[in-house]
Amino acid sequence: MGTSGEGLGRCTHALIRGVPESLASGEGAGAGLPALDLAKAQREHGVLGGKLRQRLGLQLLELPPEESLPLGTLLGDTAVIQGDTALITRPWSPARRPEVDGVRKALQDLGLRIVEMGDENATLDGTDVLFTGREFFVGLSKWTNHRGAEIVADTFRDFAVSTVPVSSPSHLRSFCGMGGPHTVVAGSGDAAQKAVRAMAVLTDHPYASLTLPDDAAADCLFLRPGLPGVPPFLLHRGGGDLPNSQEALQKLSDVTLVPVSCSELEKAGAGLSSLCLVLSTRPHS
Amino acid sequence: MTTEVGSTSEVKKESEQLGADATKENPKEVAENQQNQSSDLEEEKDSKSSPSAKSQSSPHRQKRQKDPSESRGISRFIPPWLKKQKSYNLVVAKDGGDKKEPTQAVVEERVLEKEEPLPEEERPAKGDVEETAQRKQQVIKVDVKEETPSVSGPETQPAEEVRKEREDEKEIQEDKSEEAAKRETKEVQTNELKAEKAAQKATKKAKTVQCKVTLLDGTEYSCDLEKSAKGQVLFDKVCEHLNLLEKDYFGLSFQESPEQKNWLDPAKQIKRQLRNLPWLFTFNVKFYPPDPSQLTEDITRYFLCLQLRQDIASGRLPCSFVTHALLGSYTLQAELGDYDPEEHASHDLSDFQFAPSQTKELEEKVVELHKTHRGLSPAQADSQFLENAKRLSMYGVDLHHAKDSEGVDIKLGVCANGLLIYKDRLRINRFAWPKILKISYKRSNFYIKVRPAELEQFESTIGFKLPNHRAAKRLWKVCVEHHTFYRLVSPEQPPKAKFLTLGSKFRYSGRTQAQTRQASTLIDRPAPHFERTSSKRVSRILDGALIGDADQSLRKDFPGPAGEVSAYGRGAVSTATAQDGDGRRDVRSPTKAPHVQLIEGKKNSLRVEGDNIYVRHSNLMLEDLDKAQEDILKHQASISELKRNFMESTPEPRPNEWEKRRITPLSLQTQGRKGDHLFKDILSMKEKHQTAATRTVEEKAQEADKSSHETLNVVEEKKQAEVGKDERVITEEMNGKEISPGSGPGESRKVEPLTQKDSTSLSSESSSSSESEEEDGGEYRPHHRVTEGTIQEEQEEYEEEVEEEASRAAKVVEREQPVPEASPGKQAGASVSTVETVAQENVVAPKVSAEKSVHEGALKQDVSEDTEDEQHKVNGEVSHVDIDVMPQIICCSEPPVVKTEMVTISDASQRTEISTKEVPIVQTETKTITYESPQVDGGAAGDSGTLLTAQTITSDSMSTTTTTHITKTIKGGISETRIEKRIVITGDADIDHDQALAQAIREAREQHPDMSVTRVVVHKETELEEGED
Repeated sequence: MGTSGEGLGRCTHALIRGVPESLASGEGAGAGLPALDLAKAQREHGVLGGKLRQRLGLQLLELPPEESLPLGTLLGDTAVIQGDTALITRPWSPARRPEVDGVRKALQDLGLRIVEMGDENATLDGTDVLFTGREFFVGLSKWTNHRGAEIVADTFRDFAVSTVPVSSPSHLRSFCGMGGPHTVVAGSGDAAQKAVRAMAVLTDHPYASLTLPDDAAADCLFLRPGLPGVPPFLLHRGGGDLPNSQEALQKLSDVTLVPVSCSELEKAGAGLSSLCLVLSTRPHS
Repeated sequence: MTTEVGSTSEVKKESEQLGADATKENPKEVAENQQNQSSDLEEEKDSKSSPSAKSQSSPHRQKRQKDPSESRGISRFIPPWLKKQKSYNLVVAKDGGDKKEPTQAVVEERVLEKEEPLPEEERPAKGDVEETAQRKQQVIKVDVKEETPSVSGPETQPAEEVRKEREDEKEIQEDKSEEAAKRETKEVQTNELKAEKAAQKATKKAKTVQCKVTLLDGTEYSCDLEKSAKGQVLFDKVCEHLNLLEKDYFGLSFQESPEQKNWLDPAKQIKRQLRNLPWLFTFNVKFYPPDPSQLTEDITRYFLCLQLRQDIASGRLPCSFVTHALLGSYTLQAELGDYDPEEHASHDLSDFQFAPSQTKELEEKVVELHKTHRGLSPAQADSQFLENAKRLSMYGVDLHHAKDSEGVDIKLGVCANGLLIYKDRLRINRFAWPKILKISYKRSNFYIKVRPAELEQFESTIGFKLPNHRAAKRLWKVCVEHHTFYRLVSPEQPPKAKFLTLGSKFRYSGRTQAQTRQASTLIDRPAPHFERTSSKRVSRILDGALIGDADQSLRKDFPGPAGEVSAYGRGAVSTATAQDGDGRRDVRSPTKAPHVQLIEGKKNSLRVEGDNIYVRHSNLMLEDLDKAQEDILKHQASISELKRNFMESTPEPRPNEWEKRRITPLSLQTQGRKGDHLFKDILSMKEKHQTAATRTVEEKAQEADKSSHETLNVVEEKKQAEVGKDERVITEEMNGKEISPGSGPGESRKVEPLTQKDSTSLSSESSSSSESEEEDGGEYRPHHRVTEGTIQEEQEEYEEEVEEEASRAAKVVEREQPVPEASPGKQAGASVSTVETVAQENVVAPKVSAEKSVHEGALKQDVSEDTEDEQHKVNGEVSHVDIDVMPQIICCSEPPVVKTEMVTISDASQRTEISTKEVPIVQTETKTITYESPQVDGGAAGDSGTLLTAQTITSDSMSTTTTTHITKTIKGGISETRIEKRIVITGDADIDHDQALAQAIREAREQHPDMSVTRVVVHKETELEEGED
């Protein structure tokens, strides 16, 4: 069972999806995203994949990009995975909903139990969901509604699923994450702090919290690809992207910091949590 | 009683009770009974012609049948003031349909009781006759119900139940045949409800009632209880039957309606709580241990596992597929042992219910995981099961439906850590216990006052709308209990509790988790053998071949003949249970008849001596008036100081030996009062109550109160309404007291309006009482009704008391000691005394728990009851004090606000003062007080005399406590002998209190012709819980 905090970050595989050219053109993005340097973005993405595979030793699956899905790279929005269960989301943006298809297929092939939202009224972006190892927090943001959160609760019944209002135009995970099984990392922005306070009220578990100068720095991934004895990794934005937060990140003990950069992809709204999905095919072992 | 099946048709026609009774009796008899109903009534009258109080009541009964509201026919017998209660009843009857229910119940009960004498008399002579008599009684009951228009209450049971009853009957027959052979096997019940309904058959006999308890393994335990027995008695019996020592996590519940489950309050009489519900209970986990591995015994974990399996199968405890599979696999390991391919093929996993909806896929997964558990012992498998189950987010969360302020459907989840707010499945808010300052309810609203958030300055009160008043109260109680159990080291008020019965049930009187853990460490016995039986399945013996032994041990309690004990054979069970879920074991003890006789004898012998007669009935559930709170706010400035004082004073009222004994349940009532800011109200009430009662006892009670105050974290808002009731009662009492006993009662009744005013004035000083009455207006009517019902109960108790007194001289001695000690300590320094008390209590509690024998439980109850009496008196004293000391009173009220956090609020100082002030109110009483506690007396009108002798004699029975306090004092060269007699009658609505009181007064006069009755104080506590609304 993954109900204990010890299960947080357990993973054997990582799933990413290539950067389509359409992302750089800004056409399909629709949301008025600034044009970005496609080559740089692809380079960042490639580095990320390399770190996941080589540094962390994960099986890396890379889905091919689809030009019709400019934001397909942000596959973190398309699924919520815990244990052997993957909830395929229903992204708020109708344009993004086709993104889930490829992800679903891949996850299915990996042997995960696939759960569909199945509710036309529900919207859920995967990066509005924070799993702490003990419970879920679902940010009620611009993209995720109550019904979507409710389906998260229905899907992961072992866990408490609490809703956290997100006041800023961002996803919950864009300003907070887990720095360890008992540590919540959050940015220093108002929205981040507000959300953290809300989570503190809602939780039964005493988490430590680490505040970072940059919201984006809190979008980190706590990963435990190896055996239980091996120190876990923290995949985080490096000094090139967010120099101010590096010092604070050093406070996290018992983790191996693995900095990566995605400043270009960030322009499209990407963060570490949205750029990859991690899962374990042996969640109970 | 032998179990017999009544004819189906008859059963249908008759009400549930009838049906239930019928099962026990011969069908033939049933028919006869019906025909004879009218004649029976007459016969009963005749039989009752004996001078006993009951004889008079019989005519009333008939009236009641026609018009329940008017049924109060005590009038002839009872003094006018007592009669006044009638008016209350009438008023109540007019109230909404909800309120009517209680009345009905009361009426029925009364009828039963009156009828009782008949059957009892006959029983000794002839077995058959007895049955017929009972039958008659039952019939009568039924008639009453039918006639009563308001019967429609939730309790009315649809045809379905009847059907179920029939089924049960059938089953019973089957059981008989198989019983002997298959006692060992426990039956698995899928559907608890069915079982309960079936249990309705339970016969209501005069003095004993058959209780059926559905156990966690689906089997049924039945036993006979005295009708006036408290919940603790039954609970202890069940725990003994189960061989369970760590029982504080468990409780008995009864189903008020399919959706409403109530916990049986161990400190209160069962019948009061049930009203007219059948005596059917389920044994459940009440407090889920956050860490089951800390439980001491495997058997405890086993029962927890059974509960969790139920929770999971029913969907109350949601799980993911994987978790269902994993938990299921541990269940298999525990039940079946290691996976065995060959044997396993023979098992039909559909016998197990691993999930609310079980799929083949799940079963396969379960098996797959089961294979991996090879080598785990059943106990280890259970432990693993619990380790996984405890992490589930809804583990131990008790959900209550509600609406938020905007009318949105939400659920309130009460758990170890606090209150969780869910919308759908989502947790949308959470209030940890430390953050909650006050919990209250008013009508159907439930409120929590929350500590200000970081940047906020003011406390906020959040209200939720519950479906109805009962639901609100139920939620409130659950919160109080959970908070106390998980959050406090010891019960809020050291279980001294019941003194101020006003608030009654609302306090958790049991041990806290901390205490029970400590107690568990003292468990020293070899691990008991027990048979693991998965509910829903045929029983299997995993732990060893000792099943037979286990069963026997379980059944020790029940002497019933083998034939009577029925259990499905394992094989039979599997099929039957799986389908109907009705499988149960009937264990019946033949002893009922004798009990009845004994009781009657007691009744006849009833006599009350002494100047003071306390009839205590109040269940007042104190409800806080908003106004009271306002007052409190006004005095905030002083509050902080008060808090400090409280904190410093370490509240522990002095423990009397009594209190120590009580450890468990009784404290609840007291707490309720205290918790509410209502202190003012309480005080006023106390004043009223204060009669000449013995000071020592009272003092003790005061101390207890103090302690309770400290503990009060949660307040009921409804208190006000109830308080209002109390006040009335009290005032009446006071009037009665002052007046000679005979005339007094009548006057007091009349005075009621006046008394209320008086109380108001008194309370007004305290600030809240008057207001409370007004607000409560609508609410308290129901209480009155209840009160009436209670009175009847008291009579029964009286009877019992008499006998007990005779037999229990030894006990008296013990109790005497506490009294003297308490008085001085209390007066001088409440805080000091309290501290001692607390310590003692704590110590005692664990020990007692370890022992757990049923007998002990009984003793505890008794003790608690005694305390209650004392408490009442104390309350009265306190109230007096309040008048004089306004500021202090205020302080008291404040504590409730802080409740949760402010664990330590020592009222001691306040109360002490109060006692002093009491004197003015009741001059006569003052003297009494003087003897034992000179200090206090000084305050009390300077009556202080020299105490020559003080003697306290107490006799306890399960439901009744009689305390006789004799003091000889020399005042100014004149020796004075005061005899104070307190009689506490605890009972359901069956007792005719008015009669009991009247008789008590009469007897007192007769016994002491040379003495004058200076005071009669009647304190009634009526538990309105069920009947409210």
